[in-house]
Amino acid sequence: MQQEVEGSDGDPGETLKRALRAQRQRRKKKLLKQSLVMDTHDDEDAEEVSTIQDYSATSADKTDILVVSAKPPTGSRIGLRTQPFSSSKYLDTLQEKLRAARSKVEKLQQQEASVRPASRLQRLRDRDSVTRFGREQVDPVSAERDEDLSALRSRVKFQEAARRVEEDLPSAEEAYNFFTFNFEFDHPNKSEKLGRKRQKQRETTEEDRGEAEVEGDAEGEDNQDDNVIQREDAPLVRNGEDLFVIDQSLQDFLVTKRTEYVGYQKRLQRDRELLFTPSFRTVPTSVKLPENTKPRFLEDEGLYVGERPHVSLTNENIMENRFLRAEEGKKWFGDDGKIMALPDPIKESSTRPPLFHMEGDLDPALQTVYRKALMSKYADPEGDYQLDVDISGLIFSHHPLFSREHVLAARLALLYDQYLIRQHNNLTGHLSEKLNGLRNALRNMMTAHSEQGVVQALHQRVSEYSFEVRNTRQLRDEEQEKDRTLLKNMIKVWKEIKALREFQKFTNTHYKLYLRRENVDRASDERKYEEEILTEVLELEAESEGEYQKKLAEYHKQLDEWKLWRKKQKAIKKKKKKRKKGLAQDDTEEDDQDMKGSESEGPFEEGPLKPEPPEKPDLGSIEQQVREKASRIRRKAGEAILNPELSTSGSITATELCPRAEIARREDVLRRSLFIKILYNDKEVSRTGSCFLNADFRVHFGQIFNLKILNCPQSIILQVFEETGSSCSLLAQVFGPVPDPSVVTGSAPIEKFEFSSNQRVMFDHEGVGSDVPISFEPDGSNKVILLTSGQLWCCVSWGVGEANTPLAPPASQQPGGVRRCLGHLDAVTCIGASGLYDMKKINEWATQSRLDPNDPKNASIMQLLQVASSGEVTAPEYFRLEHLQEEFNFVTKEEMEKSKRFCLLTLRNQEVSEFRNYKFVPAFESEISDKVLQEYEKRIKEAEIIDTKEHLDPHRALVTKYLQKKQESVINRHILAKHHYQLSELVVEEEIPHIGILGINLFKLTEPKRPLKPQRNERKKVTTQNLSDGDIKLLINVIRAHDIPIRKPQSNKPPGQFSQSATQGSDWCLSQVQVRPFVEVSFQRTVLQTTTADGPNPSWNEELQLPFSAPNGDYSTTSLQSVKDEVFINIFDEVVYEIGTNTKERGSSIHMQIEKHWLGSVKIPFSTIFSQSKIDGAFKVNTPAVLLGYSKELGSYSVYDNFRKPSEGTFIRLFITVEPQLVPGESIREKFESQEDEQLLQASEAFERDAAQGYPDRPCITTVIDLNGKTVFITRFIRPLKPPQEFLDAFPNNHQEATTLVARFVSLIPSLPDQVSFSGTCDLWSTCDQFLTLLAGDEEEHAVLLCNYFLYLGKKAWLIIGTAIPEGPTAYVLTHEPSGYFIWNPTCGQCYERDDPFCPLQTVGCLVNSDNVWFNVQQKTSPLNISLDITKSNLWKPFFSRFSHPGLFSVQPEELVYRHADKAAAVELQDRIEKILKEKIMNWRPRNPTRWNRYCNTILKQFLPKLELSRGQEVTEGHRHELQSLLGDYRIVGFPLHMAFSEIQPIVEVVYSTGVHSIQSSNVEFALAVYVHPYPNNVLSVWVYLASLTNM
Amino acid sequence: MATSSSSVFLLTVNGQIEGANFPEYDNLYCKYCYVYGHDWAPTTGLEEGITQITCKSSQSNRLIWNFPLETTFKSTNPFGWPQLVVSVYGPDVFGNDVVRGYGATHIPFTPGQQKRTIPMFVPEPTWRLQKFTGWLLGRRPEYTDPKVVAQGEGREVTRVRSQGFVTVSFNIMTKDMKKMGYDAGPPIPSNTQSATPDS
Repeated sequence: MQQEVEGSDGDPGETLKRALRAQRQRRKKKLLKQSLVMDTHDDEDAEEVSTIQDYSATSADKTDILVVSAKPPTGSRIGLRTQPFSSSKYLDTLQEKLRAARSKVEKLQQQEASVRPASRLQRLRDRDSVTRFGREQVDPVSAERDEDLSALRSRVKFQEAARRVEEDLPSAEEAYNFFTFNFEFDHPNKSEKLGRKRQKQRETTEEDRGEAEVEGDAEGEDNQDDNVIQREDAPLVRNGEDLFVIDQSLQDFLVTKRTEYVGYQKRLQRDRELLFTPSFRTVPTSVKLPENTKPRFLEDEGLYVGERPHVSLTNENIMENRFLRAEEGKKWFGDDGKIMALPDPIKESSTRPPLFHMEGDLDPALQTVYRKALMSKYADPEGDYQLDVDISGLIFSHHPLFSREHVLAARLALLYDQYLIRQHNNLTGHLSEKLNGLRNALRNMMTAHSEQGVVQALHQRVSEYSFEVRNTRQLRDEEQEKDRTLLKNMIKVWKEIKALREFQKFTNTHYKLYLRRENVDRASDERKYEEEILTEVLELEAESEGEYQKKLAEYHKQLDEWKLWRKKQKAIKKKKKKRKKGLAQDDTEEDDQDMKGSESEGPFEEGPLKPEPPEKPDLGSIEQQVREKASRIRRKAGEAILNPELSTSGSITATELCPRAEIARREDVLRRSLFIKILYNDKEVSRTGSCFLNADFRVHFGQIFNLKILNCPQSIILQVFEETGSSCSLLAQVFGPVPDPSVVTGSAPIEKFEFSSNQRVMFDHEGVGSDVPISFEPDGSNKVILLTSGQLWCCVSWGVGEANTPLAPPASQQPGGVRRCLGHLDAVTCIGASGLYDMKKINEWATQSRLDPNDPKNASIMQLLQVASSGEVTAPEYFRLEHLQEEFNFVTKEEMEKSKRFCLLTLRNQEVSEFRNYKFVPAFESEISDKVLQEYEKRIKEAEIIDTKEHLDPHRALVTKYLQKKQESVINRHILAKHHYQLSELVVEEEIPHIGILGINLFKLTEPKRPLKPQRNERKKVTTQNLSDGDIKLLINVIRAHDIPIRKPQSNKPPGQFSQSATQGSDWCLSQVQVRPFVEVSFQRTVLQTTTADGPNPSWNEELQLPFSAPNGDYSTTSLQSVKDEVFINIFDEVVYEIGTNTKERGSSIHMQIEKHWLGSVKIPFSTIFSQSKIDGAFKVNTPAVLLGYSKELGSYSVYDNFRKPSEGTFIRLFITVEPQLVPGESIREKFESQEDEQLLQASEAFERDAAQGYPDRPCITTVIDLNGKTVFITRFIRPLKPPQEFLDAFPNNHQEATTLVARFVSLIPSLPDQVSFSGTCDLWSTCDQFLTLLAGDEEEHAVLLCNYFLYLGKKAWLIIGTAIPEGPTAYVLTHEPSGYFIWNPTCGQCYERDDPFCPLQTVGCLVNSDNVWFNVQQKTSPLNISLDITKSNLWKPFFSRFSHPGLFSVQPEELVYRHADKAAAVELQDRIEKILKEKIMNWRPRNPTRWNRYCNTILKQFLPKLELSRGQEVTEGHRHELQSLLGDYRIVGFPLHMAFSEIQPIVEVVYSTGVHSIQSSNVEFALAVYVHPYPNNVLSVWVYLASLTNM
Repeated sequence: MATSSSSVFLLTVNGQIEGANFPEYDNLYCKYCYVYGHDWAPTTGLEEGITQITCKSSQSNRLIWNFPLETTFKSTNPFGWPQLVVSVYGPDVFGNDVVRGYGATHIPFTPGQQKRTIPMFVPEPTWRLQKFTGWLLGRRPEYTDPKVVAQGEGREVTRVRSQGFVTVSFNIMTKDMKKMGYDAGPPIPSNTQSATPDS
């Protein structure tokens, strides 16, 4: 139909398309009308529909062409419209008809083609251009279209068209068609609708359509309408019923059933059949073992049993139960009833490959490269080797299918074989001849001997000969006996066979034994026989005679010996007897001796009794024996010689005549076939064809296998397989020998290899089976067990090449030992077990077998050989750890040391401070400048020579050196310790949250989001390593200050002065408190200041940012910790003066001069900030004792004066931190060695740990590290020590004064934080004498010293370990006096009452005295809020509570030795300081002249000692007045500075920070006075009085 | 401190972090950095970098970054030869970014193209409970500094678990190494004789 369409499609596709569309649209409508009836038939329908429809469309369009062909489809279309059908059968017929129609059309088409070939071509072209008509692209020329194919396409088309239905409007033509079709179509439909149900209706239409097609196709141009309608009814009536069945069956075929429900119990039961749940109860041992065996415990028997891997008991039980369930489950259990287990399943070496290489990731060097396969060089014809395995056959000496007769026959055959072999060898004959020869020789000799005298040599030879004769005779006798028994056995077996054959009435074997009788001459034979016996007897006699003689001689000898001995014995006895006072007991003595004799010499005594009797009876018995033997082993004289002959000529009883069992056996035999597999090097290379087993149990293969081999032969195994039907089983394995290269095919004989198998086979027929006891006796006794066995005849040899060369690998090519295979490798099999003790043999063998000395298996042998080989290798007498080291020393040590580069590298590796971060060690020696190392060497040298000149004080210089050394050693220790890491340093890990934190977090949820009192958030900590310059900033938040000194109202000025500055006076009178303070912060020479505030209690609340740069740009933690810079926070008063009261400009302009007057300062070392990360609190401002022009009166707060205690000094509230927050270096965790009791140390550790857990913010110290780096209990540091006598003498009555003096003395010792001195590594405590020698120390040292002094003064004193502002963790001293508790700050000698709110001590961690350590377990930590009564154990947890105090002795010296104050040195120092300061101040004022007011200088100088005496206490107004009166017209601003002396530099810094030098006024003069007050032990108090004088 | 006249040799690392094989994880990114000794200094190129996040394709299990590396080092001393440290991160079940592996390899010293597969590992939590909380909160243990993995020091205190591989390919160029007496020679061309089946 396709072709037809193509054929008729003369026009380009457009009109066609339109027509099609219209048609489809129409149909669509119709279909819709027909509702869903056709749904189920969609596929088939669509096919038909579209094909036909297309056709019809064309026909409608092209009525001019092929009217003939066009008509039938229109007919069919009617049917089509009436639509569906479901019967495939029907479809078939339709298809047939279609085909018929198609062929018809084809004919027409051909016609057309012949008429208009050109137009056809045209059409083809057109068609190509039409793309939308997919179906039309089908090759129109192809003769037959597969209907399905086209149908499929058309269907697609149809669907496409259906989509478009709505869009396209029908043309007039189409409309016409539509209506006509509609009419045609509706008509039958309507008529049917009347009487039929839906289904039927469908059927009808189908039928209808089919009919229509038939009609149309067959008859062509019939006008159909009426015809169809008429026809339509007929088939419906005719076979409607049959067809409908199928459609109705929709319901018929479906069987509705209830869901199958399986009851729970039933299901359980079913499951139980299928499933098995091993119980985990212990299995009783009896179940696990075979019956009637008791468990055997190897371990109890003393055998070593490895430790079993641990398996949980439950799992083991489950496994056991599982095993027991399984077949052969018991084999899993060992003798002890436990699951057998290897001792340790863990491999010693890891099996994990080093790297998991993904595909293609292999190291290029290791990557496998594809190479084309090529013939191995061993494989080319010249070099290839060929092993010929010739398997000729197989003979069973026993087979399970043997019948009894076969067994016997086999036995007979075996015996006969033996017989033949013996016959062939003819050992008996040989031996007889040899014997005769020997006898002759002997006889000859004897005759010669009798003629001549007895010659020793001859005699010797005779005896040798006779010995030989005797041996030969014995051998011959044995052989003869064997022959004889063999013959006898053969006859016996033969008889049995005969009996058996008779008994079972059939024969199975061909064997027949003939005995050929060879008659002999009776007389001669007898004579020979007799002769033989006679000679033998003679010989035996002679032998026994000889022996007797020998024995006799021996006997005599021994008898003599015995006699001798006896005599001796007697003599001894006699002596004994005499000694025993002659107890006459001869008899007993005799007995004794006899007994002894018999005991000791029994064998000799028996000798003499025998000599005579043996001779005669011997002769008789010998002859008798000989005769007996002869009759046993030889044929009787005159008897015919029997020559057995085994023939296989016998006939076998035909199968039919045999009993059933035998028939079964024979049939079974016929079923069996055998084949042999050849395994070369354990790989199957070939196998023979399977051959049937013959009735005589021989298999002939006769196959030769040529094995072309490449690998050296290791083993050749021939496996004998037996096939029964389809199953085949391995019978036996035969190990073929690997032949020598000389063994070549042709020359090699066929050898037989015996094999046997221990399979147990039993049959119910005549076959005897294997491994089954059988008996040949009628009574069933004498059972034998026969195993399948046999001989394989084969031959393994090397092939022969064309040139007659053996195709064997040359002997050299074969690795040692392989040639003779396994045996050779094994020393024991090669040279025998005994050979193992023979070194030579082993050596020989080793060289022969070419042992691989590198093979670990041979290690022991090689070692043995080495030792054995004649002392060539003598073990050295010494032991060397690295005896190969020298070979690696490519340079001598001296050269190494000379190398600068190496030196540099070494030093850097040792982290010597200069080279710690040395970059780019030059590659060449020459590039290293000498300077680099020179500096270092210089330093090393300097360390030894102490240069005192550079320092102001020789003692200090020494101390500095000492400190440096100490520092170095500690740093070295630290460097070591730094390389010991802890997990927390390497791995950041979440802490385990505990319940408390969870609770807090929950509580936090309820917190207000914006609390009224905001708290500072924790910032993220930054490790210091990634920082660079400018990254770190110091943030200083200046909040407010209290009690700043106020300017003094100058009311008490001299009147003249007053009048002059009347306006000024009125000024300050109005504004009562005239102070305008601001804060200046200087750090690392950067100075920042706040705005100016008003009043004595200003509030700035300003943040200042100061940049920080680390020394040398090294931002490592250690480097940062050792920064010694300090932050100076100075409070100044901004004073504005009117100057230049120029009369001319008066009123129009005012010249003001701003001066800043230093009021006080706070200095905070950077190390403190760094280690604490933030400092927050009120700091006491270090104000000078005298502040000229200022007073500390409380201003307007007079109302509260009654309630407030006048606080001493000014306070400033600051918040200081480093941005970003740096992680402070942690103190060393290295466990230091200690001489303390280990138990105590552990207790202290536990104590501290508990404390840290319970109260993380309270410092708790029980042990400290002393200067030697040893851990010492803190209590050892407390001991009453006597302060310098001068202090005690100064105020003999005033106890209080002495106390303050002592405190002052302690505070005058310079303070040097440990962090700075020891790079923050650890807190070292020095004892008081060390402290006083070093004259530098931390708060702890000060506190300890102060505490010790207080104790000496009779106070109750404790050390407070706590935290304070700004020091952080620190130590204070607590004293208990009648008036209450006092807290002393040891570094500044200040004393606070317990409830002083300005006490810098914030937290009290623990209290220490010489007896104990008490840890604060109260709720609060501030000294304000806690009870300091240490006796209350619920508030103070003592350390030494559990065990009584161990009575630790103190580490402090008994007495401190003080050196007297050196006044001369002090004066000298004083002058030097003054000079330096003056120079400095002048330097700082480079642009202005610096004038010194000498007069003032001297006045000030006089003041200073007074100040020292009053210990810095406020000097009364008198001082100022005095000054004022002295200096008259000057406005003086000045103050005395006081500090402990350590070095000159800090003094300069302090002076600079006051900013006195910065006064720019032109008429300013300066005054400077320095006073150094010496205290014992070189403790110096330095006073600097600084003043500026402005002439008014 | 280094004198400018001193002779140096150069090591140019070109290459890329090709990808990784983390069977269980997806959406990973990788950070890399170099660790080198005192005598080394980078002259050009980036010393540190972070790759894009990559997902697995539906077919393959590999994560592909193809992230270029390009750095040149100068040095006077092969001691402290640079190492490439890679650390891989990715989201866990709850979307928290967690570390998926650390690994390090020495920069190959033979010039030419090389490929390295770096086995990766992560530190293990100390306690089981921490493992759980770490999993839950998405805060698994991490090295304080990924560079730790390039050192031997201190590693003895950590426990790690292996975790996938990262593949890096390098194209190495050196300059003046021979002049200074270091011969790192090109790899011997793989002239391996295919093993004959019989000996």
